[in-house]
Amino acid sequence: MSLLGINFMKHMIFPIEVNQLYKRFRGQTVVHQLSFQLARGQILGFLGPNGAGKSTTMRMLTGCLRPSQGTVRVGGYDVSTHPQQAKKHIGYLPEHNPLYLDMYVHEYLRFMGSIRGLRHKQCLASSQEVIDKCGIAKMQNQKLRTLSKGYRQRIGLAQALMHNPEVLILDEPTTGLDPNQLREIRALIKEVSHDKAVILSTHIMQEVEALCDQVLILDHGKMIVHDTLAQLAAQSNGRVVVEFKELHLGTMLEQINGVQWVQALSENKYIIDASRDQDLREALFHFAQEKGLTLLGLERQKSSLEEIFRQLTVPCEADPEGNLNRESSV
Amino acid sequence: MFTIVQKELNAFFSSLMAYVIIGFFLLLMGLCMWIFPETNVLDEGYADMQTLFRFSPYIFMFLVPAITMHSLAEEKSVGTLEILLTTPLSLTYIILGKYLASLIIILLTLLFSSIYYFSVYCLGSPPGNIDTAAVIGAYMGLMLLAAVFAAVGLLASSLTKRQIVAFLFGVLTCFLLYQGFDAWITLQTWKSYALLIAQLGIHYHYEALSRGVIDTRDLLYFASMTVVFLFATGLVLNYRT
Repeated sequence: MSLLGINFMKHMIFPIEVNQLYKRFRGQTVVHQLSFQLARGQILGFLGPNGAGKSTTMRMLTGCLRPSQGTVRVGGYDVSTHPQQAKKHIGYLPEHNPLYLDMYVHEYLRFMGSIRGLRHKQCLASSQEVIDKCGIAKMQNQKLRTLSKGYRQRIGLAQALMHNPEVLILDEPTTGLDPNQLREIRALIKEVSHDKAVILSTHIMQEVEALCDQVLILDHGKMIVHDTLAQLAAQSNGRVVVEFKELHLGTMLEQINGVQWVQALSENKYIIDASRDQDLREALFHFAQEKGLTLLGLERQKSSLEEIFRQLTVPCEADPEGNLNRESSV
Repeated sequence: MFTIVQKELNAFFSSLMAYVIIGFFLLLMGLCMWIFPETNVLDEGYADMQTLFRFSPYIFMFLVPAITMHSLAEEKSVGTLEILLTTPLSLTYIILGKYLASLIIILLTLLFSSIYYFSVYCLGSPPGNIDTAAVIGAYMGLMLLAAVFAAVGLLASSLTKRQIVAFLFGVLTCFLLYQGFDAWITLQTWKSYALLIAQLGIHYHYEALSRGVIDTRDLLYFASMTVVFLFATGLVLNYRT
């Protein structure tokens, strides 16, 4: 069975494959040796601080920008050498969602479908379908200029779906939306993603946690993490919150084997980080037993993606400041 | 490609731009042909269209860049060009689509100006005493001139995100192409190359056509100028991506 699975994997063409991608602008390397692939039905969250090269990468994936080196294959076609075929498989929602504001909604969707090579009838059918899917039926006879940001965003997404692409690339699809719109757009992305490979960039970590199967973190153009969300979440940093009945135990706690640092939350409550990825709960329990202390609470904390992100993208942060940051996140 | 043409034309006619441009041309030409004392046909007493063909290039110098200025500059500033570039539509077709749409607007403008031809035709003594062949030749010349101007305008539009910059650059380049070479040969030192230099300019070839002489050399000149500028537009956009 597993053998079959391996064979299957070997012959499967990923909707999008990125291989050793580089982009240089005026001698500066903006994207550095980026490689990944994504299967259908997967959502990849593209994270990174501002200026990390996310948009540049996305523009290279869509064939808007030529890579300095490396290849992008979409639907089995190289975007640089066979742009026509490759671009048929891409739906793209750029950052800031540019639209022709003087067009009517249905007119715009048909126009987008038609320049993507759909025939007139297909275009009509497809525009009706995406209008229904994206919930913009009421607005279809309005001009884009008159629509609110949430609806414009939906139309941007609808436009990217017109030709039912295999690969959907969304550059910050949820910026500037109110919480309700945000939820709706997320639900929409989730819904359409079941038969597509979706790449979306964002600054909102909860969004990645809610939507994505995989996470890719870029920093200064380099890929520093590419993992499934489940795996990342499992990588707990060994943080434990402990509460005793007795007060002022800070210095004693620091002496326990494996403890890296201790911070008091109150007189009898502490956050403890392990020096390695180890579970401190057992050691703490024995410590309490030995000293005859009353343990009121003992809880292992999972590190949030936000924390992982910060740890990875701010490497030279001074320790005291780091402590401060950690405190604020608790 | 025709989708782009259609979209551009829709945008023109739904935004009043086309009507303003056609109206502006007809108004100015009407003033020159019938009202202004120096140039009007009635005082001159000779039934021809020379006034129209003499002044049109100067009006087109402003009008054509006004038509083309938005076509790429706007797409760039709004960011829609990015979407266009991710569609299977090739750059060539995007440019040709935009160019054709501009040409159609210009053609329409010229079509409306044929009213003036019929007016002069009827005013001739006896009616119909006008060199129709020359007028047709001149119209062709004007159309070709506008075709080059539109290509120049499109290039200007591809160079910048600001429409006004595209407009001014377009006007300047059109003017230099039309008149610049003639001004050049008046410089004493270049006298011996006068003919050669004059032939580089649009004015020389336009003059020839507006006399009603349709020479393939002139046609070739206009065609190649158009192709050169459209090609340059393609290079600029290609470079930017």
